[in-house]
Amino acid sequence: MPLEKATVATIQDLAARYPSKQSAIIPALWAVQHEQGYVTNEAMSEIAQHLELPPSLIEATASFYSLFLTKPEGRHDVVICVNAPCMLRGADEMAAYLGRQLGVRDGATTSDGAITWHSTIECLGACGGAPMMQVDHRFEENLTPERIDAIIERLRKDPLPNPPHKREGEKAAASRMGEGEKAPAPDKGEGVTAKKPARPRAKKTEN
Amino acid sequence: MGIKPLITKDFATENLEQLAVYEKTGGYSGFKKALEMQPDALVELVKASGLRGRGGAGFPTGNKWSFLPKGVYPRYLVCNADESEPGTFKDRYLIEESPHQVLEGILIASYAIGCNLAFIYIRGEYLPQTEALEVAIAEARQAGYLGKNLLGKGYDIDVILHRGAGAYICGEETALLTSLEGYRGEPRLKPPFPAVKGLYGKPTVVNNVETVCNLPAIVLNGAEWFKAIGTPTGAGTRVWCMSGHINRPGNYELENGTPIRELIEEHGGGVWKNRKLKAFQPGGASMMVLLPEHLDVGLDFDAIAKAGSLAGAGAMVVMDETTCMVDAARRYVKFFHHESCGKCTPCREGTFWMANLFDRFEAGEAKPGDIDLLLDIGYNIDGRSFCPLGDASTWFPRSVIKFFRDEFQEHISEKGCPFKKSLQEAVA
Repeated sequence: MPLEKATVATIQDLAARYPSKQSAIIPALWAVQHEQGYVTNEAMSEIAQHLELPPSLIEATASFYSLFLTKPEGRHDVVICVNAPCMLRGADEMAAYLGRQLGVRDGATTSDGAITWHSTIECLGACGGAPMMQVDHRFEENLTPERIDAIIERLRKDPLPNPPHKREGEKAAASRMGEGEKAPAPDKGEGVTAKKPARPRAKKTEN
Repeated sequence: MGIKPLITKDFATENLEQLAVYEKTGGYSGFKKALEMQPDALVELVKASGLRGRGGAGFPTGNKWSFLPKGVYPRYLVCNADESEPGTFKDRYLIEESPHQVLEGILIASYAIGCNLAFIYIRGEYLPQTEALEVAIAEARQAGYLGKNLLGKGYDIDVILHRGAGAYICGEETALLTSLEGYRGEPRLKPPFPAVKGLYGKPTVVNNVETVCNLPAIVLNGAEWFKAIGTPTGAGTRVWCMSGHINRPGNYELENGTPIRELIEEHGGGVWKNRKLKAFQPGGASMMVLLPEHLDVGLDFDAIAKAGSLAGAGAMVVMDETTCMVDAARRYVKFFHHESCGKCTPCREGTFWMANLFDRFEAGEAKPGDIDLLLDIGYNIDGRSFCPLGDASTWFPRSVIKFFRDEFQEHISEKGCPFKKSLQEAVA
C-alpha cells in the first residue's frame, strides 16, 4: 500500500531539515508507522526512494530499534515493565493479572483485535509510579487490579487505533498561542487514568 | 544539609510548562544575560562553577566544552534525553514540569560553544514528553528565542527534536550520535572524542538534560554561588529518582553531599511496610549494591565511588528484607542482554551467558560451580567490552555475589528461590 501524500510530504520535509538526509530515516519510519500502524518492506523501499538512499540501509536501521513494528497489531498497545524497580513493587503479579484478564499470552493480540500486550525488561521511565505500564505510549502508574480492569474496559470500547503519534504537540501549541482550533494539551486529556498523578517533591528546608 | 532546590525550585508553580509562566519565574533571563557575554567567558564561567555532567559519568561540563578544536565549524550541541537506565525517571520529570528550562539550558550551551544547530535526542518511549518539548520549541520560536539574529545580537540558533525508537545503548554518547545520523545505534571508538569528531564528523558536545537545566541559574548567579552549594568536588544539587521498597517514591532534588540516610528515611519516608532495609543501589541498574552500613555516605559522585559504587544517573533503588537479590540481579542482567547492541563479542555473548545462568538459578537448576562461572563471565566482560554497557552489565551481579553469596548457595541447595518458597508457604 503506497504511502499517503501527507506522509510523503513529511518525509521530504524531514530530508530537508537535517544536515544529512540519512538522519531522516528514524523520523521517516515514525511517520510511516503513524500512518500505517507498522512498517512494511514496501514502505521502507518508498522511504529509500524519497531519501535517495539504498533500501537496505532503511531496513538495517529499522531492524535495530525495538519500537518499530513489522506486523499489524491490535488497535491499542499495552506494555508492562517487569524490570527490577517495578518487580520490587509487584509488577510480576500485575503482568500475570493483565494476561489473565486479556486471556492471551504475552506478546499476543486479543481476539477482538483491541489490545496487543507484552511485558518488557526495558525500563520505561516511571519507576517512581511502579508497577506501571504504557498504553499507546502514555504512562499508567501505580497499577492495581481495579485500575487494570478500568483501562482494559476503556480500550476495548475505544474504536480508534492508537492516538496519533505526532503533531499533537504542535496543535496544542497553536491553540495556546491563539491560532487554530482548540486542541487538548498533551497527556492531560480525558479519562480517569490520564490525570497526572501528584509527585512528591523534595522538602524545602532552610538552615 | 538541605537547601532550597535549585533546578526544581519553581516546579510548584502551576502551568510552568507554558512560556509566559516560565518567563514570570525569571525564565530565559539566563539566556538573555548569556547573550551579553562573550562565548569564551561563558565557557570559563561554567568551568569555574565546577558543574559536572549529570548523565552518569560526572565529567566537568566546562572542560567538555573547552575541548572543541578552535576554528572548526559547524559545531553541534546534542542534549541527551535518551534516559533509559532502569531506575531513572528524572529527565522525564524535568521535561514534563519545565520544558522551557531544558530549552534555555540548551540555548546557553549552544551559544557558549558556537553552535547554530542543536539537537535533542529523546527516547522513543517518551511520547508525552516529546510533545511537551514540541510545544515548548514552537512557543520559543514564536517568542524569538529561536531563530535568526536573536534579540538583535546576531546569533542564530535552531533546535531539532529527534525521537529515538527504543534502544538503551543510544544513551551512550557515541551510539547516540551514530543513531542521530540514521544508522543502527552502535557505539564508536574513542578517541576521537565527539568534541573533536562527533555528529557528521564535526565537533560536538553531548550534554544531559539535568546538566543543561543547571545552566540558567549558573549564568544568573555566578560560578562562586554555584560552587558554594554541595561538596568541594561535587558542586550543586542532583535530582534523585527514588524507587523500590520505599514509602514515598519519586524525584527529590537534594544538595550534593546530603547523607543517603536523609534521602531514604526523611524524604522517602523510610522503607515501606515497616520492614528492614536490606540493600540499595545508588545509580541505576548498572551500579554496585550498597548496604545499610553505607547509609551515612553522602550523595556525591566521589563519596559514593569511595564507598564502592557509583552515583551514575542518580537513581536510588531501595530493597527491603524480603527482596531476592538473585532475582533482582537476574532482571538487570536480562535487561543488559536485551539491550546489548551486538557490536562486540564480550558484551553480546557474555550478557547472553550471564542471563542463561541467572535463569538456571531462578529455575532451581543451578549447579555448585555456577556462582564462580558467573564471576568468571563477568571478569571476561568487564574492561573487555567496546563500550561501558558491557562493563556495567557485570557490576551489580558481581557486587551481589560479593555481599549475598549465601543467597546464590540457597538457590542451589533448595533447588529454587527460597524467597518465593517462603512466600508460598506464608500464603498457604
